[in-house]
Amino acid sequence: MHRYAYLLAGTIAAVIQTGPAWANAVYVSNEKDNTVTVVDSKTMEVTKTINVGQRPRGITVSHDGKLLYVCASDDDTVEIIDTATHQIIGSLPSGPDPELFVLSPDGKTLYVANEDDNLVTVIDVDKKRVITEIPVGVEPEGMGISPDGKTMVNTSETTNMAHFIDTATHEIVANVLVDSRPRFAEFKPDGSQVWISAEIGGTVSVIDNASREVVEKITFEIQGLRSEAIQPVGVRITSDGKKAYVALGPANRVAVVNTETYEVEKYILVGQRVWQLAFTPDGKTLISTNGLSNDITFIDTATDEPIKSVTVGALPWGVTVAPN
Amino acid sequence: MNMKSTVPNTLVFFLACFFLLVNAPQPMAQQKPAAKPVTEIRIGYLRAYEPQLALSVLDIPPEDEGVAGANVAINDNNTTGSFLGQSFSLDVVQTKREEDVVPVFREMLARGEKYVLTDISAGQLLSIADLARENGVLLFNVGSTDDILREQECRSNVFHTAPTRTMLADGLAQYLVWKQWRTWVLLYGSHEPDQLYADAIRRAAKRFGAKIVEERLYEDTGTARRTDSGVVQVQRQMPVFTQNLPAHDVVIVADESEVFGSYVPYRTWDPRPVAGTAGLVASSWHPASEQWGGSQIQGRFEKATGRRMLGKDMQAWTAVRILGEAATRTSSNDTAKIEAFIKDENFSLAAFKGQKVGFRRWNWQLRQPIFLGDGRGVVSTSPQEGFLHQFSELDTLGVDQPETACNLN
Repeated sequence: MHRYAYLLAGTIAAVIQTGPAWANAVYVSNEKDNTVTVVDSKTMEVTKTINVGQRPRGITVSHDGKLLYVCASDDDTVEIIDTATHQIIGSLPSGPDPELFVLSPDGKTLYVANEDDNLVTVIDVDKKRVITEIPVGVEPEGMGISPDGKTMVNTSETTNMAHFIDTATHEIVANVLVDSRPRFAEFKPDGSQVWISAEIGGTVSVIDNASREVVEKITFEIQGLRSEAIQPVGVRITSDGKKAYVALGPANRVAVVNTETYEVEKYILVGQRVWQLAFTPDGKTLISTNGLSNDITFIDTATDEPIKSVTVGALPWGVTVAPN
Repeated sequence: MNMKSTVPNTLVFFLACFFLLVNAPQPMAQQKPAAKPVTEIRIGYLRAYEPQLALSVLDIPPEDEGVAGANVAINDNNTTGSFLGQSFSLDVVQTKREEDVVPVFREMLARGEKYVLTDISAGQLLSIADLARENGVLLFNVGSTDDILREQECRSNVFHTAPTRTMLADGLAQYLVWKQWRTWVLLYGSHEPDQLYADAIRRAAKRFGAKIVEERLYEDTGTARRTDSGVVQVQRQMPVFTQNLPAHDVVIVADESEVFGSYVPYRTWDPRPVAGTAGLVASSWHPASEQWGGSQIQGRFEKATGRRMLGKDMQAWTAVRILGEAATRTSSNDTAKIEAFIKDENFSLAAFKGQKVGFRRWNWQLRQPIFLGDGRGVVSTSPQEGFLHQFSELDTLGVDQPETACNLN
């Protein structure tokens, strides 16, 4: 049975590019043991472990599913992995200490936050060349891009701002103060708002993308848990724009937020120090990385119940799912 | 290095220019050509400094300890300020340890300083605290751990980013109790700071259910710290000093004056771990902490100074960042607005310690986690799991509101 599962998993990994709709590769960066774990979204089993550079954190997959980009923070590079062979086939000149990045909707440009240098580096993915560097606040981290690709948002953790950057001119067009240690920027699918989590502030600021003002500040309260333990990090919004999921770090829970009322409707208990989130392409499943318990949790987005937790590498940090 | 006030001023001016150049795009300015004028926020730094000896040359405090942390925070504030039209600068004034600081403080007042970091003794601080209040000046104690400044001698215009001795001792005690190392012996020095540290340890033992089974005083008879063959004597002396103690789990040393404490580890009569001012040491920061984004501030600090970041650097960084945060959030350099912002019950700051830090409103002491580490790395951070509090677990460290002797009114 085990051998069969293994073979099956191998087959799945091999046919990922042609993409049977029922299984997608889930890629998890493991910050502590310098690996990326590949998990099958259907069987929810580990199919492969890829050795990568030091301290892998931000992770994303190209829109055609063929290439995986991983921030190897301590190697000061973004590694490119062929998803068919799981081999590292190259790197991008990311600038020092890349932590998080976002790929433009057309897949041609990668925007990288360089934590150590107060810069956002703009990279031409095909030419593997730096287009420009944009000075931002202290400790840039969160990166979000509007669905039309025209506006990129970077958050700076010590400056406590969301910097709105025009992707045509590469210039900052607005700076919006948010709460302490903003970690993540997520646009609503219609581009009307961007949601910014603040790890130390313990809130999510909802910023109107037209007025560039904070229109709502979401707070979280969990009975029996001190407020300091509630540290929002990863944010994902469903493709219909109705629900937002917020990973609450050491609170070990993912909050489900109604995007119309801004009410927290549920707290889903996952693993310890839940960090980043990703949907499967069909939107039916949400996956959380749980750093301290070394696992990921699959969550059913219809019921908002956890389905299963799967052990991955040490200190899982980021997660992305192949589109096909 | 010359620490006279004019030099850092020039340096800061240069840095400010540099930042303006680096951030040349001035995003908001481009959209609105008539950008708001740059608001300047000057921060004073009054320190008493004299070269200090330590039993280990590795423990000799660097000359710019504290000031370096303030400078890194000034740079951080200026990066943020470049987006908002605010510019921060530091005015460092240095005196000696026992000197009267009133004259130099009056000069700072004459220069119009409204916010002053202090790294001076409790006595020196008290000599200027009321003068500062009369002139509407906010003081930030970044150097003194004396509890009395937050208790009997607390002031409504003095904030403390340095932890107290009771906070340090409680942080250490919680860990030892968590380890089930509850039976202690206490070796303490003969100088006043050593006695105060020993008092904090005795209080912590009572608070967290540990037992001090014996105390021994190490009298400072005035020996040179550096002698070529001194180590031979030390190796014979320390076992004898710790001989015939009742059964114990840990040896606690209280020797802030660096007379004998660092000699105790590995030289006790019984093989026991050492904690306190030597061995496992409690502090507001550890130069090897990389948790909670710490590697970023450590990297920034090392790039700027060429050395690792120490506790006093973090205390000064935090004070300058508090002022930066207040100025940014209020878009102002108005003292009343900044004071109100800092004194608001919701005020908090991110300081690479895993949770927000903020002030105890009954004595303006910064509540903060305490690092426990040896010379190489971080062993743990307190508060420890299971030490609960109805308001904030950070208030399990140090003198809590119900016991405070501070009356700010």
